[in-house]
Amino acid sequence: MYNDILDQLPYKSSFRFVDHITALDEDGVTGDYTLRPDSFFYEDHFVGNPVTPGVIITEIMAQIGLVVLGIFLLSKETEKSKEDTNFPLFTSTDISFHKMVLPGEKVTVVSKKQYFRFGKLKCYVEMWDSSNDLIAKGMFSGIVKKVGIKK
Amino acid sequence: MTREETLNELKKVIAPYTVNKEMLAGINDQTDLIRDLKINSANLVDIIIDAEAKYDIEIDYDSADRMTNVGSCLDVITEKINQR
Repeated sequence: MYNDILDQLPYKSSFRFVDHITALDEDGVTGDYTLRPDSFFYEDHFVGNPVTPGVIITEIMAQIGLVVLGIFLLSKETEKSKEDTNFPLFTSTDISFHKMVLPGEKVTVVSKKQYFRFGKLKCYVEMWDSSNDLIAKGMFSGIVKKVGIKK
Repeated sequence: MTREETLNELKKVIAPYTVNKEMLAGINDQTDLIRDLKINSANLVDIIIDAEAKYDIEIDYDSADRMTNVGSCLDVITEKINQR
């Protein structure tokens, strides 16, 4: 349904952490990802005891909660040509973790927009597991468009 | 509001986004928000949004673009207050 958005994600193969977008509008997004048991990070994190690293949890939340929504909002704003590459920059988060994620688990990310101005998208993002337990939550911000005020 | 009063108000707006409180106390027109106060460039957007709420003004894209140091922030804020 939202394949055009998925196709515009700048990540590929081992670093793309979005499987499905299940809801998407100007105020937020919901999407899911199932952790592949053969992902590169499980071999060493930790040896003989694979646990999803916090940075990967953070990345999943940022890709679904900020980048998917950001691409959607940008497409509403301007008529971008398909050749344009989206270049998202993650700028801050105050994430807290509440539960571990093991290989093979399916996680759902729910993101609510706080604002989108001057190219900066700020969202409140939560991650839930399949038994509806909270895995992580936090305020996420990123720049999804080049703006002049950075100079 | 005088420029000094606006400056004192602006310090309060900036305070949550810098850890350099000593530098903040002594800011002047030339103080650069990113270079001197070490403010994350994305937080400039938060400062602009907080300033809008504080002064009941609206800052457009071109004005925001100019707000790189304390002097230009004061110029834009004063300009927008006068347009109210």
